[in-house]
Formats: sequence, structure tokens, C-alpha cells
Amino acid sequence: MDKITNEELLQNLNAKFEGVLTVVGEPFGLLTLETTREHIISVLSYLKHDATLQFIYLTDITAVHYPEQEKQIGVIYHLHSLVNNVRVRIKVFLTIDDIHIPTATTVWEGANWMERETYDYFGVLFDGHPDLRRILNVDDMTAFPMRKEFPLEDPNRVDKKDYFFGR
Amino acid sequence: MSDIQIVGAPAGVEGAGFFATSLDKAVGLARANSLWPLPFATSCCGIEFMATMASHYDLSRFGAERLSFSPRQADLLMVMGTIAKKMGPVLRQVYLQMAEPRWVMAVGACASSGGIFDTYSVLQGIDEIIPVDVYVPGCPPRPEAIIDGFMNIQSLVKTESVRRRNEPQYQELLSSYGIQ
Amino acid sequence: MQNHPVYSDNDPQNELSTLNLGPTHPATHGVFQNVLQLDGERIVSGVSTIGYIHRAFEKIAEHRPFYQITPLTDRLNYCSSPINNMGWHMTVEKLLGIETPKRVDYLRVIVMELARISDHIVCNGVLGVDTGAFTGFLYMMEHREAIYEIYEEVCGSRLTTNIGRIGGFERNFNTIAFAKLRKFLVDFPKTLKEFESLFNRNRIFVDRTKGVAAVTAQDALNYSWSGPLLRASGVDYDVRAMNPYSSYEDFDFEVPVGENGDVYSRFLVRNEEMWQSLRIIEQALVKLEKEPTDIFHADVPEFYLPPKEEVYNNMEALIYHFKIVMGEVPTPATEVYHSVEGANGELGFYLVNDGGRSPYRLHFRRPSFINYQMYAPMSRGMLLSDAIINMSSLNVIAGELDA
Repeated sequence: MDKITNEELLQNLNAKFEGVLTVVGEPFGLLTLETTREHIISVLSYLKHDATLQFIYLTDITAVHYPEQEKQIGVIYHLHSLVNNVRVRIKVFLTIDDIHIPTATTVWEGANWMERETYDYFGVLFDGHPDLRRILNVDDMTAFPMRKEFPLEDPNRVDKKDYFFGR
Repeated sequence: MSDIQIVGAPAGVEGAGFFATSLDKAVGLARANSLWPLPFATSCCGIEFMATMASHYDLSRFGAERLSFSPRQADLLMVMGTIAKKMGPVLRQVYLQMAEPRWVMAVGACASSGGIFDTYSVLQGIDEIIPVDVYVPGCPPRPEAIIDGFMNIQSLVKTESVRRRNEPQYQELLSSYGIQ
Repeated sequence: MQNHPVYSDNDPQNELSTLNLGPTHPATHGVFQNVLQLDGERIVSGVSTIGYIHRAFEKIAEHRPFYQITPLTDRLNYCSSPINNMGWHMTVEKLLGIETPKRVDYLRVIVMELARISDHIVCNGVLGVDTGAFTGFLYMMEHREAIYEIYEEVCGSRLTTNIGRIGGFERNFNTIAFAKLRKFLVDFPKTLKEFESLFNRNRIFVDRTKGVAAVTAQDALNYSWSGPLLRASGVDYDVRAMNPYSSYEDFDFEVPVGENGDVYSRFLVRNEEMWQSLRIIEQALVKLEKEPTDIFHADVPEFYLPPKEEVYNNMEALIYHFKIVMGEVPTPATEVYHSVEGANGELGFYLVNDGGRSPYRLHFRRPSFINYQMYAPMSRGMLLSDAIINMSSLNVIAGELDA
């Protein structure tokens, strides 16, 4: 297995996608790129199908909520090329009001439940997903619990005395 | 009106009477040593229960050889593990399907009080939805602790009356949970 | 294989029956529900529902300091909790730039391989129980008790171990732990051999499991499978070999790979992994003899609590103790992804840190969750009893499924 370095990977991607990808950094050797939702599916598809890169393994899809930023929700994709033993992280930032992003299930079937989990936690709407509904929380929940404004503890508890907890 | 004479009970032998009390004891003994548990194992405590049922800590010494996964055939509902709010109605339905006499054992911190998971999605103790007889603390409790809880259930079974379901306190308890 | 929900309108003449499998399963499997549409014994379609034990780990983790998240990771894959603990500690060490001494690495390898063995004991034993053979399970559980005793010597707990600290271990492994480990290495191979002789060429077991639920490597990779399931389909992806952590590159072991991904291959792959784990533990014991015996943690006073005697007598130790507990130690505000080879597959930790003492966002890449999404599409067209065997061979641990 020969390893592709991050520079070669970046060169290859920039040759194919002009100006679409920006390099966020390389924390701990993992090349992190940022792109927009218009290009994300073509980027993922190219990474998967290209003969030299062969990022055939989708490790995970998740999201992070940054309430102070203008584009608050970041959808994070982790990909892994088993043949070349290299990983890459791609981020797409979305605003809360327009939280749509095309689904990756057209590229990998395994993205199905990963996107449902991201929808359940953050409310990210994946356009084209075959079955976008809640997966872990109760079905009739209206809020999205992993957003920063949602409290951890159940606010309807009556048996926890604030006095004992220093509140 | 028949003319059969019925003798009143002798003084000092009130209520159930000598014969009925011994019958209570015999029935209690039989019940206690042949409890059929329903292992409602959700998470880590379920694995400790598996270890309890295995040969090292054998729970079948105490009569719990036959695990019943159908609530209709079970005596003891052992809730082992975290019960989330999504699972609450399922647990309640399983409890409602059990026939009297039935006992409930909450094994582990999560079933007793929510455990370390003080979150929006976890039920803070199963006694919010069903009445519990014995709580076994621990995270997870050692098999010896589960056996100790089981022995506590056995002593409850031996000493309670045969028709616990007809007692007013029990009826009041069940109605406080909304169970008829 | 398309992953679509069951259609309620595919049965105009009302010939199909609906079977609700779960969420209260017979003890061992865990709480998840499958609503299946059956045509006699054959499954037409199915919908999986999970979340019955959703405990919001990722939300809790945002409110806890790093060292308090270890008990949470315990409860992810609770059959092999040390692997989760070690994986979390390695993630934090990667973030903080801590390098652990070799002895710590080798001790971690021993603990993780013991955890892998204990998880495979449960999985293969339960697969036997589901096909009707209770004996194998009962004989193997004895050795699970032996592994629990080894954990107890190191960390005090049997199942949810909370073993280790950021930078190493909380106490050195004493001579009793090593004695028990050596006894385990003598006793367990005999039982494992007996177990294999009971199952590998058993006509009933082979008929029950061979050719059932075969999965091609293409489909497995498309669904992001990992671990023994992916290896049974023919892809030799093992995080220990590809991205070695904790000095796994010093060890000589093979990664077993199956042929056609059916239930029988998964069983064989897990058995062979247990043999390889025993091999790794023996090598680790040999390597440990060359290391100084009193090191059991890295020298990072900012993150590893100093011993209590020093805290009461020494000013620096007191200050470090205060800073660690009150969270005054600055941490790098960056993000890290680290993965380990869990018993079910690639267990990943994605940690986004903002410089404080709790993570800003912690996401667990849980193999059971990602492996299980293929269950409903895969069971289309299968007989019901085959679908049950398939579910046990996927080794879905409910804690890891719902997190």
C-alpha cells in the first residue's frame, strides 16, 4: 500500500475542482477541507470513483453547532481511502434558516442512518434522502437536542431540589 | 334457611385462623422457591445478569431456572438497565400483561433512579411508571448483589399474604400509577 | 440494496402478516425493534426502529471534563468496555500531544485484547445459543469470569471498567494480575479448542449458518461496515494494522479474512481473532519483561493526578491537583479524529475542543450503529429463522447502537 501524501491529494483535488475547496488546516495530519453544498456531492463522488484516490470508505457524517458564527451548522464528512491509507475531512457550513444540503446516499448507501442521526440531533435537512425521520429520539420531539441552546437535563423534573445542587 | 349449625371461631384465633396461616406459609414457600423471572435486560446490567445466570453465580439455585420471556408466564419482572422515555410505554405494557402475583425488581442504578444519565431522554427511575418491590443499587451491581436482591424478593414473597392484590394499600398503589 | 422503509401499500390483497420483533428481545441482544412483513416464513420487507436506550452520551460529554467522560465511554460497547476507555484516552492524548511510554502501550494492548476476547466469547456463544446449542456458551462464560477477575485486580470493576487514565493507568499491574493472566492463557485455549470442535464441523450448525446472509465486499464497503463483519466479506481492513496505535506495530499478528461474508464466515473470523488475540497477549508479556516495571503512566503532571501523599506534602503537586480538578489547564482548541479497532469494528472519536476542560463537541463513530443499518435491507427475502441468526452474528450492542 503506498501512501498518498496530503499535498498530492490536495493537488489532485485542486486540479479537478478549481477554487471550490479551501484548506482549513491539517490538524494531526488529517487534511481538512471546506466546501459549499452545491459542490459537495460532486466532490464526494469524485473522491470515491477516482482511480488514484479511491476514497471508497465513508467513515462518518456528523455535524457541529457554532452559535456565534454566521453559518452556524457545520456538516462534517470523514472519508478514508483503504488502498492509499489516507483520510480526509470535509466540512460544509450552513445557516440555521437555510439548512438544506444534498444527501450522500446517492454515493454511499451507508450514509442513510448517519444522515438521519445528524437530522435528529441538529435538524439538518438532507434533500433527496429516502427516509429522513428521527432515529434516536422519540418521534414526536420538536426540538433538536444537540443544538447548544437545548438543555441537557429534563426541565420537567420535580424531584431535584435546587438547594442541594447549589443552584 | 338451612338448619346447619356453624360453630364460631374459638377466642383468640381471629382472622385467618390457624389452618389458613399455615397455608399462607406453604404457598409463600412454594412461590418463593419457584419464581419465574422475566429478564427485561436493556443494557450493561443485562450482561451482569447473564453472568448471574451462568454457572459461576448460578441463579437457578434459587429456583429461577426457567426464564420466561413472555410476561404472561412470568412472576418477577427484573428490569435491568437504562429505561429511556421511548422505552417507557413498552415497559408499562409488559408490566400490565403480567398476571398477579407479580413482583418487580429494579436492578442497577439506571432502573432505580436514572443512574448517571440525568438527561432529557432517560426515565429517572422506573418507579415513575410501575411500582417496584426491590431496588438493587450498583452500576452494574455484582452478581452477588443481584442474588441478594433476588433473596429479598424471596423473603417478600414468603411473608406477604397470599392475596396481596386484594389489600387496600396495594390497590391504592396501583391506582396511583393509573393501573387498574 | 436499497434502504427504503416498508410500504404499507404493497399488499393490496392483505396476504402478508406483520410481525413485531422487539424491542423486548430474549435477554441477550438488546433493545431494538424490527417490524417485519412476512409472506409465510419469508420476510418481504422490514423497518428497524432504534433509540430505545438513547442516553444522549454526546450531549452529556459536552458538560463533563475529559476524565469524567471515560465512564460514559464504558457504556458504549459494554461487552468490551476497556477498548472504549483506551480509545478515548488515546484520543485525548493525541489532542494534548502526550506520548505514552512503551510499558503503558503494552499494558493497554493486553487489556484491549482481553476485552476483544470477552466480546467475541459473548457473540459466538450467543450465536450458538440462537441455533440451539447452549453448551458452548456456558463453557465459555467461565473464562469471561476469569477475564473479569483480571480487570478487578487492575481497576476494581468487572464490567464497566473505567480502566486507565489520560496518560496511562491508575495503578501498576500487581503480581496477582499477571498470575491470573498467565493462568488464563493456559486455561482458555483448551476451552476455545473444545468450543471450535463442537461447532466448526457440526452438521446442524453448518447447515444453519453456511450461505446464510452472504454479503459481498462491494455491499459491505458501500454500507461502511467494519470489523469482523467486513473481514468476513473478504476486505482486510483492521485499524490495528492500517493505522497502528498504542505500539501495535511492534506485534506480529494476522488479520483473519473470510470468503463470502455469510454467518459461518463471521463465526470463523471471530474465533480466529480470539486465537490471534491470545498470540498478541503472549507477545506482550514477553515484551513487558524488558521494560522497567515501575512505569505505569506518562509524565504529564498537568493531566495526570499526582499521588495523594505528594499532594499533601508537595507544593507543585498541590497546584497541579487543583488545576486539574478545577479545570484551569489550557488545552489546544482544535479538532481530532482517532479510531481504534473495537470488537465490532472501527470505533472512532471525533473531538472538537475549544480550549476548556470539556469538549465542545464529541461524536462517537459507533460501529454497531453503522453496521446495523444494513439489517433491514439485508433481511429482505430471507427466512425468519435465518434473519434471527443474522442478527446475532451482527453483534449489535444496544449501548453502542443508540449512544
